Amino acid sequence: MKHAWWLAAVAASLLACGERPQTLGPVKQDAAPFSGTGKPFADGGWTQGDKASWESHMKARTQQGQNDYSRMN
Amino acid sequence: MARMKFVCDAERCIECNGCVTACKNEHEVPWGVNRRRVVTLNDGVPGEKSISVACMHCSDAPCMAVCPVNCFYRTEEGVVLHDKDVCIGCGYCSYACPFGAPQFPSLGTFGVRGKMDKCTFCAGGPEVNGSQAEFEKYGRNRLAEGKLPACAEMCSTKALIAGDGDVVADIFRNRVLRRGKGAEVWGWGTAYGSKQAGQPEGGKS
Repeated sequence: MKHAWWLAAVAASLLACGERPQTLGPVKQDAAPFSGTGKPFADGGWTQGDKASWESHMKARTQQGQNDYSRMN
Repeated sequence: MARMKFVCDAERCIECNGCVTACKNEHEVPWGVNRRRVVTLNDGVPGEKSISVACMHCSDAPCMAVCPVNCFYRTEEGVVLHDKDVCIGCGYCSYACPFGAPQFPSLGTFGVRGKMDKCTFCAGGPEVNGSQAEFEKYGRNRLAEGKLPACAEMCSTKALIAGDGDVVADIFRNRVLRRGKGAEVWGWGTAYGSKQAGQPEGGKS
């Protein structure tokens, strides 16, 4: 009977050992979009990894695709 | 530096829901989650206006401020994204967001609320750009492919414009000058700050 009590006490004291730590780590940081995907499935006209090239390409794409006055006139 | 913004031109939106469909198709968004939706103001009343609403990627995003696990981050381009590995699905962001952008899939057992999902400005998430893991969690990363958000590029009347804030503002200004009306940009004051919204001048970009 005494052994059983001992075993129960040891089991109860070890209960918390199974818990995983829940510390809050830093938020993962994203790679910049100008770095590209490294895959050929991308729009042409810019160099993957070149920030200036990506920015000018995006501005040109916005004007060409969404400014209907510049497209029609 | 590009500062990505959305503009919805209420004078042009015809409530076709093409943006909603484009978004759902591009990112394979599950049932019950609408990253973008079209809202009609004064529905049925002459002069009703429709606007396409999603996350506006606010300059001072309230969702970031209230998140208890700090899962949000802002990219260099001003896009507000979140890490689904950190999100606990508490829903605080949903209450804080003035646009109703955060969505919660109910695919778990007994309809339990899953991790938050929202518009990413087609910029994916913190996984490797263009990876399968990124696509499954956040959808396609069109920005890294040199493209703009699918919703705006698919818009048939070009009511929804997305891109660098300076460029989209210039396109919209040009439109307003030509048609001589409809200068109100719904949601811009709330998202990016303006005197109309009671914000201090020059406080936000």
